[in-house]
Amino acid sequence: MTEIIAALDEKRRQAALGGGQRRIDAQHGKGKLTARERIELLLDADSFEEWDMFVEHRCSDFGMDQQKVVSDGVVTGYGTVNGRLVFVFSQDFTVFGGSLSEAHAEKICKIMDQAIKVGAPVIGLNDSGGARIQEGVASLAGYAEVFQRNVMASGVVPQISLIMGPCAGGAVYSPAMTDFIFMVKDSSYMFVTGPDVVKTVTHEAVTAEELGGAITHTSKSGVADLAFENDVEALLQLRRFIDFLPASNREKPPVRPTSDRSDRMEMSLDTLVPDNPNKPYDMKELITKVVDEGDFFEIQPDFAGNILTGFARMDGATVGIVANQPMVLAGCLDIDSSRKAARFVRFCDCFNIPVVTFVDVPGFLPGTAQEFGGIIKHGAKLLYAYAECTVPKITVITRKAYGGAYDVMSSKHLRGDVNFAWPTAEIAVMGPKGAVEIIFRQDIGDAEKIAERTEEYRQKFANPFVAAHRGFIDDVIMPHATRKRICRSLAMLKDKKLENPWRKHGNIPL
Amino acid sequence: MFEKILIANRGEIACRVIKTARKMGIKTVAVYSDADKEALHVQMADEAVHIGPPPSAQSYLQVEKIVEACLKTGAQAVHPGYGFLSEKREFQEALAKAGITFIGPDAHAIFAMGDKIESKKLAKEAGVSTVPGYMGVIKDAEEAVKIANEIGYPVMIKASAGGGGKGMRLAHNDTEAREGFVSATNEAKASFADDRVFIEKFIEQPRHIEIQVLADGHGNCIYLGERECSIQRRHQKVIEEAPSPFLDEETRRAMGEQAVALAKTVNYKSAGTVEFIVGANRDFYFLEMNTRLQVEHPVTELVTGLDLVEWMIRIANGEELTIRQEDVKLNGWAVEARVYAEDPFRGFLPSTGRLTRYQPPAEGPYVRVDTGVYEGGEISMFYDPMIAKLITYGPTREAAITHMRTALDEYYIRGLNHNIPFLAALMAHPRFVAGNLTTNFIAEEFPEGFTASSLPAEDPDILVAVAAVVRHMEALREASISGQLPGLEAKVGESWVVILNGKQTPVQVRGSAATGWAVVIGGEAVDVRTEWQLGQPLFRAQIKEQSVCVQIDRKGAGYRLSHAGSSAEALVLSPRGAELQALMPHKEPPDMSKFLLSPMPGLLVSVAVEEGQEIKAGEVLAVVEAMKMENVLRAERDGTVGKIHAQPGASLAVDQIIVEFAA
Repeated sequence: MTEIIAALDEKRRQAALGGGQRRIDAQHGKGKLTARERIELLLDADSFEEWDMFVEHRCSDFGMDQQKVVSDGVVTGYGTVNGRLVFVFSQDFTVFGGSLSEAHAEKICKIMDQAIKVGAPVIGLNDSGGARIQEGVASLAGYAEVFQRNVMASGVVPQISLIMGPCAGGAVYSPAMTDFIFMVKDSSYMFVTGPDVVKTVTHEAVTAEELGGAITHTSKSGVADLAFENDVEALLQLRRFIDFLPASNREKPPVRPTSDRSDRMEMSLDTLVPDNPNKPYDMKELITKVVDEGDFFEIQPDFAGNILTGFARMDGATVGIVANQPMVLAGCLDIDSSRKAARFVRFCDCFNIPVVTFVDVPGFLPGTAQEFGGIIKHGAKLLYAYAECTVPKITVITRKAYGGAYDVMSSKHLRGDVNFAWPTAEIAVMGPKGAVEIIFRQDIGDAEKIAERTEEYRQKFANPFVAAHRGFIDDVIMPHATRKRICRSLAMLKDKKLENPWRKHGNIPL
Repeated sequence: MFEKILIANRGEIACRVIKTARKMGIKTVAVYSDADKEALHVQMADEAVHIGPPPSAQSYLQVEKIVEACLKTGAQAVHPGYGFLSEKREFQEALAKAGITFIGPDAHAIFAMGDKIESKKLAKEAGVSTVPGYMGVIKDAEEAVKIANEIGYPVMIKASAGGGGKGMRLAHNDTEAREGFVSATNEAKASFADDRVFIEKFIEQPRHIEIQVLADGHGNCIYLGERECSIQRRHQKVIEEAPSPFLDEETRRAMGEQAVALAKTVNYKSAGTVEFIVGANRDFYFLEMNTRLQVEHPVTELVTGLDLVEWMIRIANGEELTIRQEDVKLNGWAVEARVYAEDPFRGFLPSTGRLTRYQPPAEGPYVRVDTGVYEGGEISMFYDPMIAKLITYGPTREAAITHMRTALDEYYIRGLNHNIPFLAALMAHPRFVAGNLTTNFIAEEFPEGFTASSLPAEDPDILVAVAAVVRHMEALREASISGQLPGLEAKVGESWVVILNGKQTPVQVRGSAATGWAVVIGGEAVDVRTEWQLGQPLFRAQIKEQSVCVQIDRKGAGYRLSHAGSSAEALVLSPRGAELQALMPHKEPPDMSKFLLSPMPGLLVSVAVEEGQEIKAGEVLAVVEAMKMENVLRAERDGTVGKIHAQPGASLAVDQIIVEFAA
């Protein structure tokens, strides 16, 4: 017994050291924390229950049987974030470069299986050089086992990936299938093929940071959702983020007390929309003034800025916010913004998070780049997402809601539960100028007549009443009362039940 | 009494006049340009008349339109405020013709005082001491040199029609006098279409002290003490106070009596201000007389208890003054700070736009806010970027300054940049507190401009304690989230480490919101009593027996705390978190010196260089227009233009890249 306990202590000591002090120092030297330090910061103090500390790899080729490290390059288990259960795996770059062996993969799969069973989020802290080459196909099999579980967990429990080091080759596809990818600036990168292969094949000279760093993926590719300055900031923000999410699709989002009154008026919103319909304004101001305590946790802030997505709370409970941003490309829908918002809406729908949509959209972005890029199918993603979505949907049209884009943006016709319009709303098939040039084509040469017709059209359609007459708008509300009206609507919709017809799964235009 | 008056102005002064009119039971009419449709003065007035497009030349300066507005609304009198038409003779004449009363002095007084040379002559005749100098028109540079020698250097060469610092040159010797004459003449011609200049003695260590007078046109004229306005930036007043910390009773009386004498020579009627320059030995010299209500009039109102606008209206209505000189008593001290939409950290460039958040300090016996804007309103590029005047009062100068510092801390403005950090730095400046002022104060004390390091160091415990309490309260709230595992509920420890400006301070937070907090810093407990709730922007508390107000903005996982003009980023971590934070790399901010950035939001008028072009330091690179001002951006060092990122006609955001230099 005492011998066993001594051996146990020794193994624990070894596990705590991972790849040894020298490698820990090297990890720190790169500005990175170790796998265990990261877990310490992520979870509540003393809440971590580690599993499979004693797992070792089973490879005997290339002398691997001489090199065994307990835990085998990944620390797994569960713990709490503000008292709520989460499962976590944290890859240990100090052990075989965090490379994924069969055993390493099994550890990840074990906590994923458990997370699905009990209904709790899976958080992956990725820091891995890739496949354990020595293990060959066994390592590949390991990846696929993880991929399969990512898919099984998708829509059942939230999956969040925090990339804190390398993540290359096939390894990228596990984070790719999780709900959110966060990255750490300067110390993390993700790509399918690295700079060396790129150089050989396409003769492009590119650094790892340029090819797949945090900035690249949060601003150019849209693969990642948020970029953080360092490990500490990333983990602290991840804790804040988890507080928004329900533990699984069987739960409602969490609630916490707030002193921000649900009937708080914001008089300054009455002057938010400028008189000039072509002058932009910052939709973020509306969001921060409407949500609890101005706390808007934005997702993908640096990608497709013409649409805003993110989480906030209203009356203490989580809501997902989608909003056109007139400051960028006049807030139009294009390929990137449609994809960004569609994925966000679907996440909210999976996890019972009500969606609040603020609309100021002049239409879809025209041009060959968009058409050749397949805006038809990409735009359809957002339409599909909203139409399929059964969680409470509240829409506020602040200004323009033109054409097909009006339909897309959580309109009444897509089962919007509560659709409000501000007095400045213009719900029409297109802007007055464009409409007049079509309806009165014969007068195009006559500037005076066109101006007159445009004014006539503006009078008739540039207001919320045409849509309200038909009941497409439930009410015209004053901007200053927006928070109160949304909070009330959310209260009314608390027990909303709506189910789509049974099917294996829909066929979203991917 | 008038039943209805029109206010031919905008912004805070229009609102200020409306307040008094309302108190007197007089109906008010506002006028507004397109840019001011939603402005506060329009909302406050009983009626409002639209008078044209945004540029003032097409609206607020349109005499005809304003007279028309009076006739249309039946306004019997017009208060002009300051600026715009307040000292325009044509306006008065047009009003008189239409039978409308001008609330202000008569045209002849305005005219007599409007010309610097003319007014000096009158002053001399009235026995007012004037700066030694030459009043006549100077024909050429040689004559200027001759006169300068007669007066004795240093001398100041000034445009006759000047103001606002334009057309002014200082000369210490013949060469400078010669050059100064030429450039002052040119500038005067360009700015005022009048190239006359005069020369006078330059007073060293000068203070700007002015006397408020009130005359009723029935022979009664009194002075209401002085205001010291020495704190000026580029000849624009920033801080004003009443009384002056420099004057003794005797000088005050002498100045007051001279001011009254001058007012009487022009048969002055209404409120007016006689400005003096006061030298180090309390010699004072007449500068000019302002025949209108001054921006800084509230400090006089607070120490005299009089409402100057009310008296202007009464006098315009033909009433006689009921206060005699001996009734005028100066009680306590008042300080005014002008809150401007300008960025003190970027050379005071104007910063226009929407006030997304605007919460002035609460008014009361010690705080007065003369404001013309509201939350959600706009500081327009078309007009003076003044947001408000903040005036505080106290029994002593020290008390008034203390109230001012608190009020500045409470002034919550977001959406554009403002000069509150600069005002706070002035209020905390030992030389200001000592009352050792001159008109060169800002130039002398901030020779390199204003930077964050110009701010005085303050007790670091205050911000540490505030950050700790904020984080602790937030942690307690996080720990009350629904859905926790039974037996594994979140617990909040009392130990934290506050990282403020990179410095780690371990603390313990004890207590509760109900009982008050004790933050233990270095073994000593700092009591923090506050009713602050999560999400509120202003953290008001009693800390170390002081009233403190810290502005809090969330910034990622931490906060930005603003207090006493400075702002700092705070991150509050568990002790273990702080240990790990210490391992995080220090990242240098990206090197922006290889870029030419737009210093302000504006329109890119032109780019003067081409890609690949060699440039020398000082060479013009681009011109950005903002606030109708053309700002010339020059190369800071020699180099080569790499890439041009913005094209003329583009509207630029602040810090947007215009030109990238080759490495």
